[in-house]
Amino acid sequence: MALRQAGVTAMSDWLAMGGHGPYVWTAYGISLLALVGICTAPLLRMRGVLRRLRRRWADAVWEGED
Amino acid sequence: MAKRRGWLRETFHKTGSPRWFFRGSRPWMVGLFAVGGVLVLTGSVWGLGFVPPDRLQGDSFRIMYVHVPAVHVAQSVYFAIAVAGVVFLVWRMKMADMFIAAAAPVGLALTAAALATGIVWGMPTWGTGWVWDARTVSTLVLLFLFFGLVALRQALARPERAALAVSLLAVVGVVNLPLIKYSVEWFTTLHQPPSIRIGQKPAIAPVFLGPLACNALGYYCWTAGAVIAALRVRIVEREAGTDWVREWLSGKPA
Repeated sequence: MALRQAGVTAMSDWLAMGGHGPYVWTAYGISLLALVGICTAPLLRMRGVLRRLRRRWADAVWEGED
Repeated sequence: MAKRRGWLRETFHKTGSPRWFFRGSRPWMVGLFAVGGVLVLTGSVWGLGFVPPDRLQGDSFRIMYVHVPAVHVAQSVYFAIAVAGVVFLVWRMKMADMFIAAAAPVGLALTAAALATGIVWGMPTWGTGWVWDARTVSTLVLLFLFFGLVALRQALARPERAALAVSLLAVVGVVNLPLIKYSVEWFTTLHQPPSIRIGQKPAIAPVFLGPLACNALGYYCWTAGAVIAALRVRIVEREAGTDWVREWLSGKPA
């Protein structure tokens, strides 16, 4: 119990960052957002492009244009 | 020498071939994301939990581990874009234009992150999030340049005109990079001068350097992965009508 209490205190001390917690975590949050954004944006766009192209060609074959 | 020039020319031509790049770039993209992700995760956990607080700044200095890499990588992305601009203007290589189109939004996001983390860091350390001085304003100009590269392309309807205008802007805008670098030395600013210089002993204690090196390298790898991913999208969009894209889509090797 005491050990757990010590763990919780250590955790909240760490989160508090000596009073600079809000600044530190905001900065890391912004950075995470930017890094995840530059990775997922092109991957999602690629999915959309491929879906569109597949549909276009499927239609072309269907209409006997190919 | 002749052989070497032949090799150089061949590499140049291959790099200029969207199909060649597309075929070989997927493993690079996946690998760079994996390595970059592990490095940034390691560096951030290290920097947030396993490094003592700074004597003057307390714990807010930990923002350095995400601020400095973002600034550096954003400037490197701009430099790469400017080089691609020259390549496009001289050789009209369409891959160079596609590279600019792919990299500009990535640079925009990183510069925005650099400015935002700088503002958040400034609040507890400078007592203000923003000051109009040389370093902050030149970095803001970098943001506008990236934004200009993205917006100019969308504003011009004809792709050839857009490619030309965007490369010109990219090349002209490169004057901003030395301004950012020397802004803290030529002008009086609140921003500190660099703590790490080539050929000199770092002005910060060695314990603090590990997470910074880790995150800087990680940011570079992750960003390279992101630019490759974006370039692959541009290639498929532009080459959509070609046989090799169709073959690749139907499952055959491109």
